[in-house]
Amino acid sequence: MLNIVVCIKQVPMVTELPWDEKSGTLRRDLAAGMMNPACKHAVEAALQIKETQGASITVMTMGPPAAEEVLREALAMGADRGVLICDRMLAGADTYATSFILASAIRKKCPSCDLILCGAYTSDSETAQVGPQLAEELNLPAAAYAENIEVNSRTLRVRRLVDHFRETLEMELPALVTVSMERYQPRYASFSGLDRAFTRAGISVLNAEKLGIASADLAGQGSRIRVRNVFVRKAQKENMMITGAAVRAANEFLDRYEGKIGAAIGKSIEAKK
Amino acid sequence: MMNKQKSIWVFGDYRNYYQNRVTLQLLSRAVDLSRTLKAEVCAVLFGHDIEEWIMEYTAHGADRVLAIDHPSLTSYSTENYLALIEKLARERDPDIILIGATDFGREFAPRLAKRLQTGLSADCVGLDITSEGLLVQVAPSFGGNMLAEIVTERHRPQMATVRPGTFKEIPHNNERTAIVERLPLPADLPASRVRLVEYERAVQREHTIENATVIVCGGRGMGNKNNFKKLDELAGLLGGDVGATRPVVYAGWAGHDSLVGQAGKHIKPKILFSFGISGAIQHTAGLGEADFIVAINKNPQATMMKMADVAIVADSGDLLRHLIRELKKRIRE
Repeated sequence: MLNIVVCIKQVPMVTELPWDEKSGTLRRDLAAGMMNPACKHAVEAALQIKETQGASITVMTMGPPAAEEVLREALAMGADRGVLICDRMLAGADTYATSFILASAIRKKCPSCDLILCGAYTSDSETAQVGPQLAEELNLPAAAYAENIEVNSRTLRVRRLVDHFRETLEMELPALVTVSMERYQPRYASFSGLDRAFTRAGISVLNAEKLGIASADLAGQGSRIRVRNVFVRKAQKENMMITGAAVRAANEFLDRYEGKIGAAIGKSIEAKK
Repeated sequence: MMNKQKSIWVFGDYRNYYQNRVTLQLLSRAVDLSRTLKAEVCAVLFGHDIEEWIMEYTAHGADRVLAIDHPSLTSYSTENYLALIEKLARERDPDIILIGATDFGREFAPRLAKRLQTGLSADCVGLDITSEGLLVQVAPSFGGNMLAEIVTERHRPQMATVRPGTFKEIPHNNERTAIVERLPLPADLPASRVRLVEYERAVQREHTIENATVIVCGGRGMGNKNNFKKLDELAGLLGGDVGATRPVVYAGWAGHDSLVGQAGKHIKPKILFSFGISGAIQHTAGLGEADFIVAINKNPQATMMKMADVAIVADSGDLLRHLIRELKKRIRE
């Protein structure tokens, strides 16, 4: 039976987040969280492998205590156990440090895992870097942006679309794959599944000490990059509001912006005089 | 001891050269940065039959080209290319490595950064040099709604992947010369653990919603499928495309192809019309690069209305009908 680890992330559910001006990081504590969509597709991919050939699925996340929710959700979808890596000391890690910490947890909790799946990218920072860097940490063959994954005994076959090329790749297990959102439409967790997932045990919590990560390691394996400044891109938004009956509003809008629309579509737009 | 010549490397990504000139764009920016840093600009290039690219990179700003040309490098391979560039970087110690944020680059660069134990920022939309000589990497987050200025203070090289289209290439100049080092394939290159079984160039649609100038998006607020279908008429009048939110796609009012957002297409129209869309992150994450947003919603407090340049408070279906009627009167071919 295959041992699969799926690394997932909780991301904020809102578009604009306040940030901490001192540290340049986002106040994630102020937003409700959800499972990152691509991570959900990765969980679905693992479940489909489990259904066809049997597998034991461990879902793993790093985050604040509330991140346990996304592990519970994955359990409700059908994963077997969860690992939460949670320690203030590990907060604010960049992808370099995150991949080091995840690798430490995988070595500790699932040393004999065959396949590691990650979402191809997250909706908050969108670096798409943790998966590939985790493959380096664990010295595994890897493929990003998988649309389809097949396992035949110890051989993994991945199909993907990269830079307008359709590729079929093969590698021997153990291996790491990041899953795109093209296929593997995630299933909904059933209410009974959710109920069970939130009441049963099955989640172990690791802090830095249990992982054997000391502050000296974080000096060596810690974040490489520093955020100097964060700013909102759209500084000069127009901020025009039009109200009133629909026919008047449509005309007012066109009167004001017919030049702009005309320029965009390369046609002249003007009201009949 | 003499100070080592600083070097800015640009990875030569040529697989989609005719559609994607990101390598030339990066060479151009590297030339700007090299003046401040008094560094050389070096293109690094792997493949087979690559003379054409050596000439291109020279003509577009490289001072030096490191080229490894070998039949075994005919197709792109992440593991092979990693082994080659890692070895070169360890030998030559570049100050900066810039890589185009193509799919390949965004898989390749993080692994290289890990091997070189340095930092990396993703999909940058700006690069600069601080007064202390550090590379400022401007990276988007939250679907491009926010930008972060990132520096790699203590580790070298400083690395960034850079979004295609961020910089303008320098015009081709045949007169330029560069030092071209044609290097042999190292004898100890480990065999790639990943086998490329087959590959083919995917059929590319000329026109896609990703490059549409005008996009008309509709959400649940359109009320029903018939109302939603009228968006086609507005899009048609404006030579644009129709996009949809996830609930609309689930309801069967639109195909998965038109899904805009986190799980769908990221769009960058000059004008975006947003009809009856509340503005959940799953949708707005795909809108960071829309120039000008017109939102129509009964609820002026909707997130989408706050994001918009123009917020029209009205019933989406009614407004749509009147807008189509008025536009027909006003458009001159």
